[in-house]
Amino acid sequence: MITLAHFLGLGAVLFCISVAGIFINRKNVIVLLMAIELMLLAVNMNFVAFSHFLGDVHGQVFVFFILTVAAAESAIGLAILVVLFRNRSTINVAELDSLKG
Amino acid sequence: MLTWNELLPLVPETFLLGATLLLLIVDLFVSQQRRGLTHFLAIVILVLTAILTARPHPEAQQAFGGMFIRDGFADLLKLGILVTAIAVFVYAKPYLKPRGLFQGEFYVLCLTGVLGMMLMVSAGNLIMIYLGLALLALSSYALVALNRDSPQSSESAMKYFVLGALASGMLLYGMSMLYGATGTLDLSRIHGAAEIARHDQRMLLLFGLVFVVVGLAFKFGAAPFHMWLPDVYQGSPTAVTLFIASAPKIAAFGMAWRLLEGGLASLASDWQGMLAVLALLSLAIGNLVAIAQTNLKRMLAYSTISHVGFLLLGLLAGTKEGYAAAMFYALTYAITTAAAFGMIVLLSRADFEAEEIDDFKGLNQRNGWYAGMMLMVMASLAGVPIWVGFIAKLAVLQAAVPEFLWLAIAGGVFAVIGSFYYLRVIKVMYFDPPASPDPLVVPADVPFRFVLSANSLLLLGLGIASGPLWAWCLAVVPS
Repeated sequence: MITLAHFLGLGAVLFCISVAGIFINRKNVIVLLMAIELMLLAVNMNFVAFSHFLGDVHGQVFVFFILTVAAAESAIGLAILVVLFRNRSTINVAELDSLKG
Repeated sequence: MLTWNELLPLVPETFLLGATLLLLIVDLFVSQQRRGLTHFLAIVILVLTAILTARPHPEAQQAFGGMFIRDGFADLLKLGILVTAIAVFVYAKPYLKPRGLFQGEFYVLCLTGVLGMMLMVSAGNLIMIYLGLALLALSSYALVALNRDSPQSSESAMKYFVLGALASGMLLYGMSMLYGATGTLDLSRIHGAAEIARHDQRMLLLFGLVFVVVGLAFKFGAAPFHMWLPDVYQGSPTAVTLFIASAPKIAAFGMAWRLLEGGLASLASDWQGMLAVLALLSLAIGNLVAIAQTNLKRMLAYSTISHVGFLLLGLLAGTKEGYAAAMFYALTYAITTAAAFGMIVLLSRADFEAEEIDDFKGLNQRNGWYAGMMLMVMASLAGVPIWVGFIAKLAVLQAAVPEFLWLAIAGGVFAVIGSFYYLRVIKVMYFDPPASPDPLVVPADVPFRFVLSANSLLLLGLGIASGPLWAWCLAVVPS
């Protein structure tokens, strides 16, 4: 029997992977964008699981909004990535260090 | 069944949305020489929205079954946001024009950001908070990258994007826990459910609360979640920094109040402790690191972090006076910081950014009037008595004294330490010899000069006569 705890556990694992992906990753900005997507999907997993086990549909409605915003967010993220690559000729996270102080 | 009457509270937002979309189309048919028309129309849109927002007798109204709340609290914050945004547009023009950035996109993105902020302060539901926040955040990311040929701008846009998205993710994860514990997304019903929560539900609520507070701290720029702030302030074009630094602070306060007081008041003892740590760290890191800065935009970024610490002092008091003090702080800080970045725009020219503190050397000899205006801004930020910054600091410290005496004392100490770097700017302006003896070339833009002077003098005026605004803040915070 799969219970609510299983779903929440999966959500938590996905969330941790994405946070680790953002902080540990020092190589590639595209991996950062993927980690951000994964984070929003972890949240969606939580909302759908709660929504199902509470018998309340509002959580699933929220998921639609999150999905839509996530699409817009990656569009902007990729656009910034293109601009960044054109200006710096690199998408290596470790080389993005011109601002310091 | 939805009736027209139910949509009445949404009139200012609907107008702003429709007018912004119209402006986007109108701008297509405006030639680059006549771009001033877009500028003018954008300001007219904000003024009309402000007129629609202002009401003589603000009673609480709801739309969409409580998703959208229009009360006196939201009205005052929205007016603050709109007035700040008007000042931002006026200050931005002389900066954007010589750099080839004077495009319709700047205005449309700022207007959608303003719409997002208005939704945030009026939200009665977690979905509404998230959508308002996303609208503001997505507009801001694009704005930071507006100067697309600048490597610095695109780098800071990328940093802002990644950390902003991380913050939204944290906030959403927390919201999902709040939803799981209470079974509703409506803030007033979360409030009710949290009061009667069983032990296990309370644990889930607390778990969610931690993530919500982390997300809020990211958006405020409170230490230790402030890493993005200095880079974004320094890297983005000054006109965009102007926008990001001012009005969103008001909206962040509104969002924090809706979430923490509107939804989670019964967990107040828990979030007060978390905010106390954030406030102390922000005050310490903001004020101490700002001393070491030579770049004025970076210094103002650390100054923002310390001011967020003060704002949190009012918020964490958890009393009516505390919320009113934090509200007063957010409103006055937004107009002060707008004037500060306006001064940077004043000194900058097409090939010269004027963002180093050294660029202000001997300003008094080059132009005595604007040196005086900069003096007003710095004195207000430092919290010198009779300027409005002092009244605001005093109010938040007073609110924090009864329950958090140690924090209020720390706040006082750090305010004194912090005044050093504001006074250094004043010293540089009045007592250092100028790099070039030529008089300052002031932008010929008459509205710019008028609004900048009026804004700086307002800081003194509000300091002397702070009564009406303070009374207004106190009246709109429900007890």
